[in-house]
Amino acid sequence: MSFFQSLGATTIGKITAIGRATIMLFGALIAVPRVKNIPLTIKQMHVVGVQSLLIIIVSGLFIGMVMALQGYTILVDYGAEGSLGPMVALSLLRELGPVVTALLFAGRAGSALTAEIGLMKATEQLSSLEMMAVDPLRRIVAPRFWAGIISMPMLAIIFSAVGILGGHLVGVDWLGVDAGSYWSIMQSTVDWNQDVINGVIKSLVFALVVTWIAIFKGYDSIPTSEGISKATTETVVLSSLAVLGLDFVLTALMFGIE
Amino acid sequence: MNKYKTEVMVGIFVALTIGALLLLSLKVANQTVATDADTYTLYAKFDNIGGLKPRSAVKVGGVTVGRVTTIALDQEDFTPVVTLSIMKEYNGFPETSSVSILTSGLLGEQYVGFQPGFSFDGVANLQDGDYLQDTKSALVLEDLIGQFLFNRGSDDE
Repeated sequence: MSFFQSLGATTIGKITAIGRATIMLFGALIAVPRVKNIPLTIKQMHVVGVQSLLIIIVSGLFIGMVMALQGYTILVDYGAEGSLGPMVALSLLRELGPVVTALLFAGRAGSALTAEIGLMKATEQLSSLEMMAVDPLRRIVAPRFWAGIISMPMLAIIFSAVGILGGHLVGVDWLGVDAGSYWSIMQSTVDWNQDVINGVIKSLVFALVVTWIAIFKGYDSIPTSEGISKATTETVVLSSLAVLGLDFVLTALMFGIE
Repeated sequence: MNKYKTEVMVGIFVALTIGALLLLSLKVANQTVATDADTYTLYAKFDNIGGLKPRSAVKVGGVTVGRVTTIALDQEDFTPVVTLSIMKEYNGFPETSSVSILTSGLLGEQYVGFQPGFSFDGVANLQDGDYLQDTKSALVLEDLIGQFLFNRGSDDE
């Protein structure tokens, strides 16, 4: 009997959490037309976007360099090192750019968002805002939400571009692949709509999911120090899993069916 | 002052993104801005299309002039019909032109090779929606090997 009770309690708990998350998302989405929220959003873009730039650029550079190095050692056996460019570009644009950016974003910005909003809740700042007739969804949640959604695709684009330049650095400047074939075979293989736009769509979806999870976990956290630490951990774990799972679904939809 | 700095940093962030996007669009991706307005359509029936795929290139002497848009099977005589969309700037091919399915390199991808025919009096130019009459099918390796073995067998007798 207690088994069924706990099963029922868990199910009801999950479903009500999804309901609360949807209400919060709705409240945040509604809040966009407010003009006075734009400066707040720009400030949040600085926090979640600009401050993530360094980690994004450095990881993009190194991932591009590693891929060029690994790809070269295999491709040179078949005399196909000219195909290094499309290999690096396609893997970055289609998969690594959106996915690694989302994972880094969840760790760098998502966890900070959860901790910040959770601490606001614990110190009753959110309740004080409500007392002053300021809607915390509009004032706190919406700017962070939109900043996340705008910033992550931008970060993913920068990641891919830096990675391709990193691949050029190792492949062309160090290992001696012909620069002309690096760029020209890349150009004839990579398609704007098929590869670049699909990658941006992917990272938009990841941005929505990661930011939503991060903000909701903070907004819904138990307002104690233990509760906030748990919420922060849950944000990183849950958004990483969601990104990897969704990536498979999106890849199957975009590239799987020919 | 602090607000000013924030806005400058976000501005740099946006500029970096635009720069990255420009790199991706100009150097990485092939911007085929070939929309319906800039192309005209030709059809070609082949006996066998081999490994030809939609979005394969159509080349005249190595220059890409268009792409394969769709590949379908004609329901009446069960032969593949390939739809080619050719850029409008390359028009005026004579009706005697022929197309064949070629392979770039030994293991490369397949493309449609387009040989413009001779134009003389009485030969009209190809128009939108025309069928190309002179087509050569793809080389299928198995058929080639079969033919070779057959020839060897008949030599021995």
